[in-house]
Amino acid sequence: MKRLVALVRKESYQVLRDPAALLITFVLPPILLFLFAFAVSLDVKDVKVGVVLESDGTQARELAASFAATPYLKVTPVRHRNEVESKLVSGELAAIAVIPSDFEARLLEGQGGAAIQIIADASNPNTSTFTAAYLQGAFANWMSSEGMGGSGAAGIQLQQRFWFNAELESRRTLVPGAIAVVMTMIGTLLTALVVSREWERGTMEALLATPATLGEIILSKLLPYFVLGFVATAGCAFLAVQVLGLPMVGSFPALMLISAIFLVPALGQGLLISTVSKNQFMAAQLAVMTGYLPSFLLSGFLFEIQSMPWVIQKITYLIPARYFVSSLQTVFLAGDVWPLFLRDIASMLAVGALFFGITRLKSKRRLD
Amino acid sequence: MAIDVVITDVVKRFGETTALDGISAHILGGRLTGVVGPDGAGKTTLMRCLAALMLPTAGSIALCGHDVASEPGIVHELTGYMPQRFGLYEDLSVMQNMQLYADLRNLDAGPDGELFARLLHFTGLEPFSGRLAGALSGGMKQKLGLACALMARPQVLLLDEPSVGVDPVSRQDLWRMVQELVAAGMAVVWSTAYLDEAQSCQDVLLLNHGKIVYAGAPEDLTARLRGRSYLMRDICGNRREALTRGLQLPSVRDGVIQGASVRLVLAENTPADEITSLAAQYEATLVQTPPRFEDAFIDLLGGGPGGVSSIAERMEPIESRQGVMVRCHELTRRFGEFTATDKVSFDVRQGEILGLLGPNGAGKSTTFKMLCGLLKPTSGLAEVVGLDLRHSPGKAKIQLGYMAQKFSLYGLLSVRQNLDFFAGVYGLKRALRKERVREMIALFELEPMLDVSPDDMPLGFKQRLALACALMHRPKVLFLDEPTSGVDPITRREFWTHITGLVGKGVTVLVTTHFMEEAEYCDRVALVNRGQLIALNTPDQLKAMVTDQDTPDPTMEQAFIRLIERQNALEDGKEQAA
Repeated sequence: MKRLVALVRKESYQVLRDPAALLITFVLPPILLFLFAFAVSLDVKDVKVGVVLESDGTQARELAASFAATPYLKVTPVRHRNEVESKLVSGELAAIAVIPSDFEARLLEGQGGAAIQIIADASNPNTSTFTAAYLQGAFANWMSSEGMGGSGAAGIQLQQRFWFNAELESRRTLVPGAIAVVMTMIGTLLTALVVSREWERGTMEALLATPATLGEIILSKLLPYFVLGFVATAGCAFLAVQVLGLPMVGSFPALMLISAIFLVPALGQGLLISTVSKNQFMAAQLAVMTGYLPSFLLSGFLFEIQSMPWVIQKITYLIPARYFVSSLQTVFLAGDVWPLFLRDIASMLAVGALFFGITRLKSKRRLD
Repeated sequence: MAIDVVITDVVKRFGETTALDGISAHILGGRLTGVVGPDGAGKTTLMRCLAALMLPTAGSIALCGHDVASEPGIVHELTGYMPQRFGLYEDLSVMQNMQLYADLRNLDAGPDGELFARLLHFTGLEPFSGRLAGALSGGMKQKLGLACALMARPQVLLLDEPSVGVDPVSRQDLWRMVQELVAAGMAVVWSTAYLDEAQSCQDVLLLNHGKIVYAGAPEDLTARLRGRSYLMRDICGNRREALTRGLQLPSVRDGVIQGASVRLVLAENTPADEITSLAAQYEATLVQTPPRFEDAFIDLLGGGPGGVSSIAERMEPIESRQGVMVRCHELTRRFGEFTATDKVSFDVRQGEILGLLGPNGAGKSTTFKMLCGLLKPTSGLAEVVGLDLRHSPGKAKIQLGYMAQKFSLYGLLSVRQNLDFFAGVYGLKRALRKERVREMIALFELEPMLDVSPDDMPLGFKQRLALACALMHRPKVLFLDEPTSGVDPITRREFWTHITGLVGKGVTVLVTTHFMEEAEYCDRVALVNRGQLIALNTPDQLKAMVTDQDTPDPTMEQAFIRLIERQNALEDGKEQAA
C-alpha cells in the first residue's frame, strides 16, 4: 500500500509538471467543444445557389422571390443560365434552379412535366443532396401556398416532427461526441505515453529492480489518469450545459457513471499500447490510429454506423467510444434510459476486460 | 570471506544471439568486483540477470543463497541496482526521487530523517535537494542514482556502467564513495568499459563474446605482461609516424601514444630487438615500463589493430599549407544570464590534433559547436580555413567535416543510402558523388554491410561509417565530438589509427573527449572549466604543471582533476574574498 501511494504521488507530480498532460486535460477540451459547437456543423445553411429567371410571368417572379426568402439558401438571381453555369463549374455555387420561359404554361399543363430544372454540383454529394432537397422543398412550399400542392389529394397535410432534437441542430449531437474524443485522448493517449516514457528513459528498469509489484506499477499509472479523465468530463459537461446552452435531459450522476465506465476500456487500451510499443513515438502513433481516429470516425459521432459497410460495422463493436457516444447522446438529448445505459456499460466493460487481459498476458516483471 | 553471489553456468540467449555463454563466477562481499569487457561483450545482460531483471536461459544465479529465478522478490530486497541512465525521474526533485525509492522499499524515511541526511551528506547533494533531477549535471545525477540505489542498505550493489559520459572529477568522487561502501562489507559490482577503473577493482570478471576470459585480481593479469611494456621517450620527429611503424612490426602486440612518448607492448616471448632499432631510428630512448591493465586486456583479446589506416593511405594529401586552420578570438556565448563560453581564444595549425577537455557543463560543447558553425557566437571571432563563420558559414562548412556524438546516422536508411545522402548534403556533383561513395565503400570496407541499417551494425562499423560520411567532401578540418564514448579499447585504437593517418595527410583535427587516453593522442589540449580556457598546452606539459613530490609521474587524468580543482579553489576563494 505504501508503495502504491508513493507511486501514485510520483505520477501526480509528473502530471503537474508535464505541460502536455495539462494541455490535453484542461485546454484541449474547451477548444474541441467550441470547435464542434460553432465551427463544425453538419447543418447546411446559406447554401449559395443561382436562380435563373427566364420567364417574366408573375408566378415565376413570386417563385424566385420565395427561393430568395428561404433561410437556408443564398440566392444569386440572374436572367440567363450562361451567367451562372461557369460559377457552378468553379464551385462558387452549389446548385442552379432554372425557372424556364414557359414556366407558367408548364404549370398549367401540370401532371408529370417538370416545371423547373435543378442542377446541383454533386462533387460534394452530401451538400448537393441537401441543396436539391431544399430547393425542392421551397418549390413544394410555394406550390402548396399557391393552392397547387400535389395532385389534388385534398386536405392531407404532412407535418414532420423531430424528436429529441427538434431543431435538428447538429451541435446537440456533436458536443457529446466531442466529450468522447477528449476522454479518449486522456485515457488512451496519455496513458500510452506515460508508460512508454518510463521504458524510454530507463526508469522502468530501475522501478523493476525495486520490490514494487507489477500490479502496483500498473495501478499507479491508471489512477491519476482516471482522476484527470473524470475532471475533464465534468468540465466538459459544465461547459456544454452552462456555456453552450445544451439541454441536458438526463441526470448528472448518470453522465459521470457512464464516463467512469468508459475510462476502463480507454485506459486499458492505452496500457496495452504501451506494453506493445516501448517508445513514445510508436505509442503516440498507435494511440492516434487505434484510439483517437476511431473515436471520431467509427463511434457514430460524425458518421452513422448503420450506413457503414458491413465489415466496418462489425469493427465498431470493438471501439469503446461507440458505446460511450451512444450513451452520452442519450443522456444529453433523451434522458436516463437505463436499459440502453446498462447495455452500453456491459459492452464497455467487456472491451475493457479484453484489453486488460491481453495486457496481463503480454507484460512481464522482467526485461527479457 | 562471505560469498555473496554464486553464478553457475549461466547462458542467456536472445533469439539467435547468445549474450552470455556459460558464465560461472563468485562475487564476494566486502570487495569491489569489476565486470569489464568490450562493447557487446554481455556486461549489461549479466548485470540484469544479477538484478533478477532477466532470467538466464540456462544455469543459475544465487544471491545471498536466494535463487534469482525463483525468488526475485527477495533478490530485489537485497540488491541495489543503478541502471545505465541512473533510473531517475527528471521531472521530480532530488528529494522526491529519494522519497519515491524509499517508499518503494517500504522504508520509514523522510526528508527530516536520519537516512536521508546521511545519504545526502554522503553524496554531497545536500545543497541541491530541492532541484529537479533533470537540472542536475551528469555527475550529480550519477550521485543521486547511487543514493537511490543505496536506499535500503543493500547487500549487493549493482552499478551498470556508472561512469559513462561523466567527467573525471565526478568519477573520482563516485569511486571514493564506492570504496567506503566496500569497506563497510557490501559487495559492489561495477561494470565498465574504462580499463583504468577495472585496474582499481579488487576483482575483475573480464568478458568477451559472452564468455569469461579472465577472473581474478587485475594485478595478476597485469603481472603476466611484466617485461613486455616499453616506452619510447624523447622521439625526434613525428611520434605518430613512429607509432604507425611500431605497430607494423611483427613483434609488437599493441601500441598507443602517451603524450610525447609511444607505448609499445611486445608479443609473448619476443626479444626487443625490433623496437630497439626503431627507437634508434628516431633517436629515442627505449625504457621498460610497468605494464598496465589495458596492455594485458588488449593482449588477452588478441592484440590491437595494425598501424596502417587503409583510409588515410589512399587519400591524397592536402596540398595547401595555410598555417592556422582554425582560429577563435575572445569567443563568447551567453544563454540568458549564463555564460557558457567566456572569451576563449586559441589557434589550431594545419596537421595538428587539438583536444578540447573539461568537466560536464564546462562549455566545451558550446565552444565546439560555435567553431563548426552550429551555434552563433554572442561575440568574438571564429574562423575556419580563414573564413569567418559569421559572414560565410556556408563556405566555411564545406571546408569542415563533422562527426557528431552517437554518430548521427539514419537508422531507417541503409548504409549505402546514408552515404548517398551525406554526399548529396555536401553538394557533390552527380558524377563525383558516385565516385566518392564508391571510394568510401572500398576504403572503409563497407561492401558486406551496404544494405544493413546502421542501427544493426556493430559499433566499430558504425563509427567507420560516420567517419566515411564526414570525409565524403574531403574536408581540411575534422571536428570529432566525443567520437569514442562507450567504445571498447580495440575499436578506439582502430579509430585513432585512421585519425592518425589522416593527420599525416595534412588534415587538422579538433576533438572533444572524456577519455584521458584519447587526450594523449592530441598535440595540444585545451582545458575548459566554467566557460573559460584555463590551460592550453601539450599533454606532457599539462602533466608537468601538477607534478609534485607525491606524484612524480601524474597521469593525464590526475592532471585534469588537479588543474580543475585548483582553478575552482581559486575562484571560490575570490568569491569569498569579495
